[in-house]
Amino acid sequence: MSSAPQLVAVLALCAIWLAIGVAGLAALHRFHLVARVLFPAGGAVALAIVAAALPSVWGAPQSVVLPLGLPGLPFHFRLDGLSALFLLVLGGTSAGVSLFSAGYFRQSEGTAPGLLCLQYHVFLAAMALVLLADDAYAFMVMWETMALASFFLVISNHRIAEIRRAGYLYLLIAHIGALGILLCFGVLQANTGDYSFANMRAQHLSPFWASAAFLLALAGFGAKAGLVPLHVWLPEAHPAAPSPVSALMSGVMLKTAVYGFLRVAYDLLPVQFWWWGVLVLALGLASAVFGVVFAAVQSDMKRLLAWSSIENIGLIFAGIGLSILFAAYKMPAVAALALTAALYHVASHAFFKSLLFVATGAVLHATSQRSLGKLGGLLRVMPWVGWASLLGVLASAGLPPLGGFVSEWLLLQSFLFTPGLPNSFLNMLVPAVAAVIALVAALAGYTMVKFYGVIFLGQHREEKLAAARDAGSWERLGMAWLVAGCVVLGLFPAQFLDILAPVTQLLVGASLADASGGSNWLLVPVSVERASYGPLFFFAGVAASFGLAYFLVRRLYHGRLRRAAPWDCGFPWLTARMQDSAEGFGQPVRQIFEPLYRMRRELPTAFDARPRYAVEVGDHFWHWLYLPLARLVESAARAIGALQQGRIAIYLLYSFATLMALLLWVTR
Amino acid sequence: MSVLGLASQVLEIFAALALAPLLAGWVGQCRAWLQNRSGPGLLQPYRVLHKLFNKDSVLATHASPLFRTAPYVIFGCMTLACGIVPTLSTDLPLSPAADAIALVGLFALARVFAALAAMDVGTAFGSLGARREMLIGFLAEPALLMVFFTAALISDSTSLTTIVRTLSAREIGIQPSLALAAVALVMVALAENARVPVDNPATHLELTMVHEALILEYSGRHLALLEWAAALKLFAYACIGIALFAPWGVAHGQAPAALVFALPVLVAKLAAAGFLLALLETVSAKMRIFRVPEFLGMAFLLAVIAMLVKILLGAGPQ
Repeated sequence: MSSAPQLVAVLALCAIWLAIGVAGLAALHRFHLVARVLFPAGGAVALAIVAAALPSVWGAPQSVVLPLGLPGLPFHFRLDGLSALFLLVLGGTSAGVSLFSAGYFRQSEGTAPGLLCLQYHVFLAAMALVLLADDAYAFMVMWETMALASFFLVISNHRIAEIRRAGYLYLLIAHIGALGILLCFGVLQANTGDYSFANMRAQHLSPFWASAAFLLALAGFGAKAGLVPLHVWLPEAHPAAPSPVSALMSGVMLKTAVYGFLRVAYDLLPVQFWWWGVLVLALGLASAVFGVVFAAVQSDMKRLLAWSSIENIGLIFAGIGLSILFAAYKMPAVAALALTAALYHVASHAFFKSLLFVATGAVLHATSQRSLGKLGGLLRVMPWVGWASLLGVLASAGLPPLGGFVSEWLLLQSFLFTPGLPNSFLNMLVPAVAAVIALVAALAGYTMVKFYGVIFLGQHREEKLAAARDAGSWERLGMAWLVAGCVVLGLFPAQFLDILAPVTQLLVGASLADASGGSNWLLVPVSVERASYGPLFFFAGVAASFGLAYFLVRRLYHGRLRRAAPWDCGFPWLTARMQDSAEGFGQPVRQIFEPLYRMRRELPTAFDARPRYAVEVGDHFWHWLYLPLARLVESAARAIGALQQGRIAIYLLYSFATLMALLLWVTR
Repeated sequence: MSVLGLASQVLEIFAALALAPLLAGWVGQCRAWLQNRSGPGLLQPYRVLHKLFNKDSVLATHASPLFRTAPYVIFGCMTLACGIVPTLSTDLPLSPAADAIALVGLFALARVFAALAAMDVGTAFGSLGARREMLIGFLAEPALLMVFFTAALISDSTSLTTIVRTLSAREIGIQPSLALAAVALVMVALAENARVPVDNPATHLELTMVHEALILEYSGRHLALLEWAAALKLFAYACIGIALFAPWGVAHGQAPAALVFALPVLVAKLAAAGFLLALLETVSAKMRIFRVPEFLGMAFLLAVIAMLVKILLGAGPQ
């Protein structure tokens, strides 16, 4: 046991999480104990996990076997660089979310606080154990525990039919995905009957079976990550959950799917084929475009963020696809660059999306409104939430000098290397691909301006918003932690790359660290002549000219200021309803990308006595893929149902006929 | 980092701050001449800035601190943008801090702040301007990035100084990919700088304005900073065009003489670019806002084709 100190520590910390959950169950209705003691304790455990996992990023893999589970089938756990990196993301994000939750959950909402505490900490522990699992059995048990715990968290407000429906859809697709993963492991063990990952690594599969395993993993983990076309559950389930849970689901749970995919594609499968990379790249780009285009037209703030998660997962998978492509062509240095971009985005998305989700939670509690059309002007009444979200929005829009930009920058850099590929057809496709990434990034900016502008800026769209109260101190603390994550990831990329370097070394056999030279403050993938980015200098440049301008204007001129009514071209009857609504702000995108939506519009004519405008934006996949599939399943079930007559005699006849048929077959 | 490098960096930023209003004035004057008007003179932008700085700033009663911060942020972004585009020398200490992609990000940061500030007061025109500005932005930004990518593929680098060094070393002649990229860049620059086919800097006609609607609620020093930032943005775009498509005469080495020589060359090139802009603005008519996506979509496609041509023909100097 002493040979694996970090792993044992992390496992012990997971056990503490479970203990905290059980303690919550014991104190089912003692709200203050649960909220003020247990949730902060969970946050402290998350920080301890970060501390325990950090050294093992650089260390050798550690493994232990726990005699849990079925007899003769113990749980194997292993902690290597990849697991450690994702544990860092999990711990870092959930520390902030747990602190926020301490002030967030209320007594009278849905599930009792103690039960919520149990589900929440089981969810966290299951995610951590998924990252540590080293055999298919432990992986699937933890994976399913994670899915079930999050399902119960999603439906914690189960009195609302819509939420139950969202939970059902989530559970359904989660299990379709789990089936894919299970079959993938079945292929990977190659008829040896040994389901440990160590055995899978040792197998040499034929290209056909390797591809089959890869495709099953892509489908299984893609369903959990929300890749198109298996994304439909995500915009339903994430908004339905309480906000801290949405934050964990979007920020961390989606990343466990990324982890699982990387584990299978790079660790368990010995070789990669180029068309795998192209497939993943195409699916990633499709998800990114689809996600951002739908995010831009949403008018529910949490749904908007959920669609934006699909976009970000798409970008992560695009980076992974590109790295598989390079790795298949034996270009490890560039593969490492693309993979670094993807992993960087995993970390920065975890922080900014959690931040934005908990911020919507604070808004929801202060206003009880989720619809963008009934918010507005909250920056003035909720300055803490407002300014924290501003940083989250800037990071999410991929703007320098925050975290989202670094990964986007690295991703675009790796595209510039594609002309080196030995496949001329792929070389030609590349510009189009880079253009799509650029378009997605720009549209993300549009979406985030809409999100922030409509919620936090302008005039209150409802009278009662003026009385909204800012978040409490626990919530502020949690948000401040997540903001710090976004800022640190943005300003100190070279330091974070030191953590990523051993991981990419592990997966593709190369890393970026050798290229960055001696400078700690510049991000240099290859050489300073080729490309470099120094966020600190960048920030200092803008800040210095900001400060100088501020100082000199006051010195040379004056700082006088008057307040008056808004000018608005002299229009005197200004009301809050004249601002752009969420629908109005999304209109240009809706018009440009019209074919992507399934739109139902109700336009008033000039002669309507009571003019009414309504627009409903639907998802083509739902109508082209899921509803026909559902109808097919239903009609098949009905056809099979014809066998069920409800009379014992008929059923006995079936048994008799089956037995006769079997006898005939056996004695043949 | 050398002393001369630092000097050229400082000189470049101050040249941009000082010359940007002059460029705006020159474009206005050329426009006036082309339209048979006498025009307000080259120094008009300086007079306007001085006047605005002297005036009190009037803020809407419910404007948040974001509204007051945004002009400084935008001004800071544009100053930095002018500092990292190599116009006078390629020996710039700030250059490693931000490459071409970061420059695009810098413009995006300024745009997002402008749009957020416009939505802050909550007027009808503010949010209309913000929506249109972000529309133009999300169409123009990828096109601009693709223009940079074409240059980056030619010079195997996204670092602006390396791009300028490589491009100025090649012999004079038209490369198809660069020509296409140049057209795309001009279209993007027209849209991003609120110039005529897309927007009209001289209009206050409610339904057509974009940039003016964004800054409608600003006055006094805040408006002055925004006007100055707009001039800096035009300056930066002109410099990008010069750096990518006419990079001759930029100082490369450590020689102070080259730096002294580079300044008049830059002024001459800017004067030509300004005249070209005025000419373009005079001969074209403002288009409806719904046509803008087509216009910028074309710029985007041209830039992507430029990249494709580069990859297919391999038409690089090296």
